[in-house]
Amino acid sequence: MKKLSARRRHPLAAVVVLLLALAATGGLYAAFAPAEKAQADSSAQSLAIDEGKKLFAVGCSSCHGLNGQGTSDGPSLVGVGSAAVDFQVGTGRMPAQQPGAQVPRKKNIYSQAEIDQLAAYVASLGPGPVAPDSKQYQPSDDPVTNAEQVAKGGELFRTNCAQCHNFAGKGGALTNGKYAPSLEGVDAKHIYEAMQTGPQNMPSFPDTTMPEEQKREIVAFVRHTNDEPNQGGLALGSLGPVTEGLFGWIFGLGTLIVIAIWVAAHTTKAKKS
Amino acid sequence: MSENLPEAHGASHGTDVATHGDPFADPGLPAHEPRRTDIDERAAKRAERQVSLLFVVSMLATVGFIASYASIDADKIVYIFPLGHVSALNFALGMTLGVALFCIGAGAVHWARTLMSDHELPAERHPIEADDDVRNDVIEQFKTGAAESAFGRRKMIRNTLIGSMALVPLSGVVLLRDLGPLPEKKLLHTGWVEATANKPIKLVNMNTDQPMKPEDIVQGSLTFAKPEGLEESAEDFQQKIAKDALMLIRIAPEDIKDTKSRDKGFEGILAYSKICTHVGCPISLYEQQTHHALCPCHQSTFDLADGARVIFGPAGHPLPQLKITTDEQGFLVATGDFDEPVGPSYWERPR
Repeated sequence: MKKLSARRRHPLAAVVVLLLALAATGGLYAAFAPAEKAQADSSAQSLAIDEGKKLFAVGCSSCHGLNGQGTSDGPSLVGVGSAAVDFQVGTGRMPAQQPGAQVPRKKNIYSQAEIDQLAAYVASLGPGPVAPDSKQYQPSDDPVTNAEQVAKGGELFRTNCAQCHNFAGKGGALTNGKYAPSLEGVDAKHIYEAMQTGPQNMPSFPDTTMPEEQKREIVAFVRHTNDEPNQGGLALGSLGPVTEGLFGWIFGLGTLIVIAIWVAAHTTKAKKS
Repeated sequence: MSENLPEAHGASHGTDVATHGDPFADPGLPAHEPRRTDIDERAAKRAERQVSLLFVVSMLATVGFIASYASIDADKIVYIFPLGHVSALNFALGMTLGVALFCIGAGAVHWARTLMSDHELPAERHPIEADDDVRNDVIEQFKTGAAESAFGRRKMIRNTLIGSMALVPLSGVVLLRDLGPLPEKKLLHTGWVEATANKPIKLVNMNTDQPMKPEDIVQGSLTFAKPEGLEESAEDFQQKIAKDALMLIRIAPEDIKDTKSRDKGFEGILAYSKICTHVGCPISLYEQQTHHALCPCHQSTFDLADGARVIFGPAGHPLPQLKITTDEQGFLVATGDFDEPVGPSYWERPR
């Protein structure tokens, strides 16, 4: 105490006291002050969410509910993520034109900017798979690396995809009117997103069981089979021996029988010429 | 010569039909009409030239076939209107060979129709059965033969004959045994049989060759798995994976209708055999919303949410389910084999 009282008259004592008082006031204010009044967040992301919410209210809410919570006509979108929105709207499957066994692919009526806004809004409802950027799905431009990706992708495609989509990616039938669509001409991004999110009745192939690199290899393989030139002959949809056999029996043999009947029925009589 | 021939009919019969008012009288064959090439030598010459032209075109096409085989690069791709981008070599080979064969056929048909003999030849049809005399004679001979052999009286001969005739086919059955050996216990167990509670076998992801943890299998996903230690480079990989292959799905535990099936899984992760119980096709056309799995071969459909019950198609049994759990490191493992044999039915299959 003696020490303190001895320095009480020090010329800087007033400054020290003032500093302490200021610090105490500031600290108390920080602790007890009313929470900061909510400010309009004008960042690009939140503007996209706002715009997306408006688009959602017009185009999606009649089935998925005003807040994307789902109704009897459409599932909840909480947690589906932006990748699912980008796929479903980007391929024209959503908005669905009519209920049925499967929502078909059709012309997309939204611009990519609008799809991104919708995706941003749906992603804000709950965390889910994020729409990929082109680094993730674009196969390599380098021919050697690309060939490697195609080879590996072919093996993965035959293990995971060919059972439904057919070994050449031409699609196939499922139960009760459902079908696995053809992969011909499908955007690389949409193939990637379909694997990520498992649209409709397709099972998903998350990164935990099929890493990003393998998805890119599958995209490379599908691209490659799409671009492959016809080596001649009729592919008949590349659907395999059933179509070929049917074609051979009905059209091949049928044509031969018709020709045989025509040859036998038309004798060249003098009166006909 | 038959009465049906035009000569035998004569014009009188033909005209009588109308006057006698019998609408069903046999009109006979129409009169023979000569072909133009039969009566006009110039037409015959022209037909001859047409046939020869077809054969010459065939020759040229064959030459073209050989020429295109020798000259066109196998990698060359060209655009041809209705076909799109096609291999030039395959297109040329197919077209030339097709033209060569077609022209031979068309030439031969044209030759036969215009220049070969044009006689009409009726082929008459007769009843198939023999007339009564022949039939009575055969029956008589049979009766005499039976009486002379004393077949009805010497019963011992008859019985031993029947016995020997009945036993002869057995030699064929013995020879068929060479189609064996029977599968015995080989189909009873899969590669998972080596798993025990003390020494479990990890489920390895077919894509990444890595063991999996339950959190890797998300709801709505489909993953294919094999037992740890089964390498694709192994010589008998194909034989083993044909029985060991698994498909892993995850269903919310409250949605699994079959409690036994739920208990075999781990937190809703179910491991089913990938091999159809009809004829053993690999099935994995899994629909994640209905939990139906469809076999592409004969459309057998299994409800994976209900113990893989067969809901459609020819499969005779539900898909076998492998009981899975986790080891102390948290990886998915199996501690034993399937409860029942995997794949289609066979004679020795229990149950």
